[in-house]
Amino acid sequence: MSDGLVIEAHALTKRYGKFPAVDNLNLRVGAGRITGFLGRNGPGKSSTIKMLLGISRPSSGGALVLGRNISDARQCRDSRRHIAFVGEDKQTYAYMTVGQMIAFTRSFYEDWDVGREQRLLRRFELPVERKVKALSKGMRTKLALLLAFARIPRLLILDEPSEGLDPVTIEELLQAMVATAAEGTSVFFSSHQIAEVERIADHVCIVDHGRLVADTSLDEIRQQYRQLTFGFSGELPNVEFTGDGIESVRIEGRQITVMATRNAEAIIERARCLGAASVETTPVTLRELFLATVKGDSPDALV
Amino acid sequence: MIFVLNPSSGQPLYLQLTQQVRHAIATGVLKPGDSLPGIRTLAQQLVISPNTVVKAYSDLEHEGLVDLRHGSGAFVSGRRVKKSHAERIRRAQALVKALVEQLQNEGFSEDEIQGLMEAELFYSVADRKR
Repeated sequence: MSDGLVIEAHALTKRYGKFPAVDNLNLRVGAGRITGFLGRNGPGKSSTIKMLLGISRPSSGGALVLGRNISDARQCRDSRRHIAFVGEDKQTYAYMTVGQMIAFTRSFYEDWDVGREQRLLRRFELPVERKVKALSKGMRTKLALLLAFARIPRLLILDEPSEGLDPVTIEELLQAMVATAAEGTSVFFSSHQIAEVERIADHVCIVDHGRLVADTSLDEIRQQYRQLTFGFSGELPNVEFTGDGIESVRIEGRQITVMATRNAEAIIERARCLGAASVETTPVTLRELFLATVKGDSPDALV
Repeated sequence: MIFVLNPSSGQPLYLQLTQQVRHAIATGVLKPGDSLPGIRTLAQQLVISPNTVVKAYSDLEHEGLVDLRHGSGAFVSGRRVKKSHAERIRRAQALVKALVEQLQNEGFSEDEIQGLMEAELFYSVADRKR
């Protein structure tokens, strides 16, 4: 929809002692899209999000969020007025009732939409009179989601939003995310649930060991990425199987399997010239891409 | 109109959507004047990014198959789809059906057939098979 960037991180780094949770991360998140932020369980994704929101300070590097510098307290506060956030811990004030909590939060934001608030309240069946501390975990999560989704912010950031939710609530959550995106809000959410990212995201950023290892659109994965399996009836060709678009190569017996991120046609042509007797091509799923980029510790990329 | 999208297939979701609309129009399931759900409604219903619906609808509009009316959604355009086209699609369907059935009878799995089809379609590698 728009060409601008809502998040732009340069060499963003967060160290806990000597351990780098976020390690020279360069991240660019486009406006008007749903972007999934995938990675294994670990402190990388949450640490990144906390820095982007100004909740914690980078050890080095920096970022712009909605064009404001996260290292500048005033700019950061300014950007927060246009950002809705659902965190891992989904913090709310225990001593307030659900109704008080909603009214309290409403008073802070100009982009609050009472119609949405009421619809979400009905959909989530939240008891307005009950104290927050008496809510079940699921209810508390729904309240946190309501507080974020009642607004129409420029940017919605969610940290593992589906964590601990039942399948029905996850479905409602994803629908609410999609509806918010339809209002023009840019959505950035971290997850390790590959299937939900694959369903609703336009774009995916995969991090591993605090670094960006993949940054691509879901359509590109579907259209360009292919798993190519070449079968050889005789000896395997004694050459290095590398080239433009070849992400990884695996050899088993008389078969060579290549993950191609583009150029599948040319790669097949090359395999044919090398004497491949059979060629099979299958699409690459996000799961396969995730496993290929995140594991990445088997050094068998050479013939 | 019921759409079934497969997020893990090797085809962008917006293309899956345009093909299903095109097919429904060609076979008469969707008729001129019929309305398609609004962008937000369809995105929520299918739980997909609204950008996917926007892209699909704008492609269909470029093809002249649907009219987008601001605020009131999308409508199948009055332009008549040639009957011969619908007929050709039905014939092609019959051919594909016969081929798939034959391959299944020969013991190929759905995945294998799909793999073979895709290899043919994208890269026409027929001559390399033994």
